[in-house]
Amino acid sequence: MTVYNLYIFNKRGALLYYGEWNRWKHSGISQEEEAKLMYGSLFSLKSFVSKISPWDLKEGFQCYKTNKYKLTMFETPTGLKFIMNTDVNAPNVRELLQIIYAQVFVEYVVKNPLCSTQEPIISELFKSKLDEVVKTSPASVSKG
Amino acid sequence: MVILSIYIVSKSGGLIYHYDQNPPKVEVEKVYSYPLPFKLEVQNKKVIVTFGEQDAVRVGHAVLAINGVACNGLTLSDGKDIMELLNDPTQYPLNVKFGRPPISTNDKLFLASMFYPLFAIACQLSPEHGSSGIQVLEADTFRMHCFQTLTGVKFLVLADPKQTGVENLLRKIYELYADYALKNPFYSLEMPIRCELFEMNLQASLEQMEKGGLPGT
Repeated sequence: MTVYNLYIFNKRGALLYYGEWNRWKHSGISQEEEAKLMYGSLFSLKSFVSKISPWDLKEGFQCYKTNKYKLTMFETPTGLKFIMNTDVNAPNVRELLQIIYAQVFVEYVVKNPLCSTQEPIISELFKSKLDEVVKTSPASVSKG
Repeated sequence: MVILSIYIVSKSGGLIYHYDQNPPKVEVEKVYSYPLPFKLEVQNKKVIVTFGEQDAVRVGHAVLAINGVACNGLTLSDGKDIMELLNDPTQYPLNVKFGRPPISTNDKLFLASMFYPLFAIACQLSPEHGSSGIQVLEADTFRMHCFQTLTGVKFLVLADPKQTGVENLLRKIYELYADYALKNPFYSLEMPIRCELFEMNLQASLEQMEKGGLPGT
């Protein structure tokens, strides 16, 4: 099981954080462009899902899978988006994202007066805590 | 067995076939007095609830009928303007019917072509080499399965999240498409499929699946 990478977007679509653990293929465009493409495609996916759904949705889009990877999105009511790419069979990625939000993002970004939720996160503490949570999570323990 | 709908998208992203299985109706009808407990807005030529949820009326629902008269865009079918009518206290009490706005054929064409770039971007943003496009897309109330043939035709099936065996159904639809649409001399590629045999056989396999799986796919 592998965690590839993680994107955090704020409600305006600005990339707050990009973390990478195991990524074998790069998209061939700059980081900034890629973040825009990712946010744009998720925005469309959300609207696609809400339009095509035969019923009323509660949370809407949750994840998609291809033959190689799985993209999971967790969106908070405040519009923060946590997007994680994992391998196809990784379990409970949404729970992991929820933990990242509640125990890492809120604790080390929101409660840090020197961090703004409008700008990219540069806090080293946040980065190391995030690494710790991701590496000990069930989604990545049996790696290799 | 819950298959909600089937879409077939051509290589160039156009919708060439769609099938809806008994579309569920989400509708609520109630008599309201002035003022309405909802905030309404005009969106996309429909009157949509944008705030306030009660009596099973949800944000995103549209006004479908007033006093039993069906809505036609922004006016009732007898010509009255909906927003004017709802904002006029002297007209109350009113019997208003709310519901999920129905997906028109136009919307379906739009959705099919919208899926095309999403499918391609999923390949491009892949962290792993040799990834395909989206195969399964999950939301909390349904799951969409996608199968792309080597020739680029996409088969999309919307099903209940718990539905199993959709992969077999997708392959079966491909088989039917190859047999009854492509071998039909009156069918031209990239054009909407209007083949009776195809439709009949598709319904037969859906029924078969309902009874307990598709054998020998």
